[in-house]
Amino acid sequence: MTFQLVLSLVAGVFIAGSAAYLGTLMLSKKMAVVAGPLGHLALPGAALALVYGFSISLGAFPFVVAGILLIWLLEIRTKLHMEALTAIVFATGVAAAFLFLPIDKAEAALVGDISKIGVHATIASVILSGLVLIAVRHCYPEIMLISIHEDLAKTEGINVKLYNLVYLSAIAIIVALGVDLVGGLMTAALVAIPAAAARNISRTIVHYGVSSGVFGVISAIIGILVSTYAGLPAGPLVILTSSTIFLITVPLAKV
Amino acid sequence: MSEILLEVRNFQVTLDGSPIVSDLSFNVEEGEFLTILGPNGSGKTVLVKALLGLLPHSGDLIWHREPRVGYLPQGLNQMSVRDLPLTVEDFFALKKLQRAEALNFLMSVGLKDDVLKMRAGYLSGGEFQRMLIAWVLASRPNVLFLDEPTTAVDIAGGETIYSLLKEAWRAQKLTVFNVTHDLNIVFAHSTHVLCLSRFGRRCYGAPKEVLTPAVLSDIYGAEIRFYTH
Repeated sequence: MTFQLVLSLVAGVFIAGSAAYLGTLMLSKKMAVVAGPLGHLALPGAALALVYGFSISLGAFPFVVAGILLIWLLEIRTKLHMEALTAIVFATGVAAAFLFLPIDKAEAALVGDISKIGVHATIASVILSGLVLIAVRHCYPEIMLISIHEDLAKTEGINVKLYNLVYLSAIAIIVALGVDLVGGLMTAALVAIPAAAARNISRTIVHYGVSSGVFGVISAIIGILVSTYAGLPAGPLVILTSSTIFLITVPLAKV
Repeated sequence: MSEILLEVRNFQVTLDGSPIVSDLSFNVEEGEFLTILGPNGSGKTVLVKALLGLLPHSGDLIWHREPRVGYLPQGLNQMSVRDLPLTVEDFFALKKLQRAEALNFLMSVGLKDDVLKMRAGYLSGGEFQRMLIAWVLASRPNVLFLDEPTTAVDIAGGETIYSLLKEAWRAQKLTVFNVTHDLNIVFAHSTHVLCLSRFGRRCYGAPKEVLTPAVLSDIYGAEIRFYTH
């Protein structure tokens, strides 16, 4: 196993595991679909990073934050459904990216490029994913209650604005890191698919969170290993592994 | 005589530029079971949310003692959590309650320990509502806000819910704000009634004193007959 493969695996496992755990809250809040357009909105940032030669995640992050603020403000101002707003954001992100994304470098932005991740980027990914994991773990009951009934959460003394800020920050970080692993097109899958598979087989909340995280980690390991030996891009393989796990859980769905 | 717990003066709630509640004044004493009565669209839920601080308002809202509030919101039922792998025990864990403590509260509303491992989304409407009452009471509130607590429950289940709430009200010396459009509830369970209408007419007082046929017809905008036994 080469050092580069170790770096890819470590970064991939941390990013996919924490994304999948966060995904259990996003699925509950019916917000998994939002991660997709945020990933797309990260594309212009990824494009800038590729043009000027710095980390894709670093380029993606400010664009994702801007995207979250944009959706949040547009929803308050227009009262349009989240789906309509995300469609607008999606198109804007992709259009802006293709305006100046060098076509020979497009693949890395679109489907990710974890196989070339450096030492510093790996350390940053581990620290940031770890922080997201700790924050989500700490705030899980409160965010879950907010997603079940916001007013009930407020009357129980929960500071909804503060927890929503933590939650949205976690999404922003995971989407930006996810662009490195699976590219701007498939970030939604990184949070949604393991969580959906976990929901199929889980009876309790603890089981739900743990199994989603495990599915995320397994997908990253298999996807990156197969990619290394088959010479195919890792991002799509991570997602396909995740989809396969989901399909396996379908007959076990507890409905 | 009980002490005044809440003083509401010139209370006004405006949503999207339309006044929903305007110029409302009343006092609530400690230990009251106050029913907020009115037809659909009279602003009952909006008033409760504003009293809870969930909606902006103008006018005075003076709590004479810091309330520990419990709230059973309208529309939260088993279907709201059906798509989540959330057991009743998990639901109590959301407010960091241990299994034994949760069980105590569940038993106080007539549920047994086997309910702890059941998915909350698959309880019956009545079971879910009882579970929710236990969950709200677990925060040991001294003021309880109930918004149509029996809408998802059949008539017999509704009676059980109100008996439980009445028992908790007595045993824990709660002050209750209860929203309903059901006149039966007012006479059977309330010490006081505050009626709201879409036409700005109001009444406040003991149900048997203030709910005359003339007042009811004013409130509901049609001739209403009600027989007390």
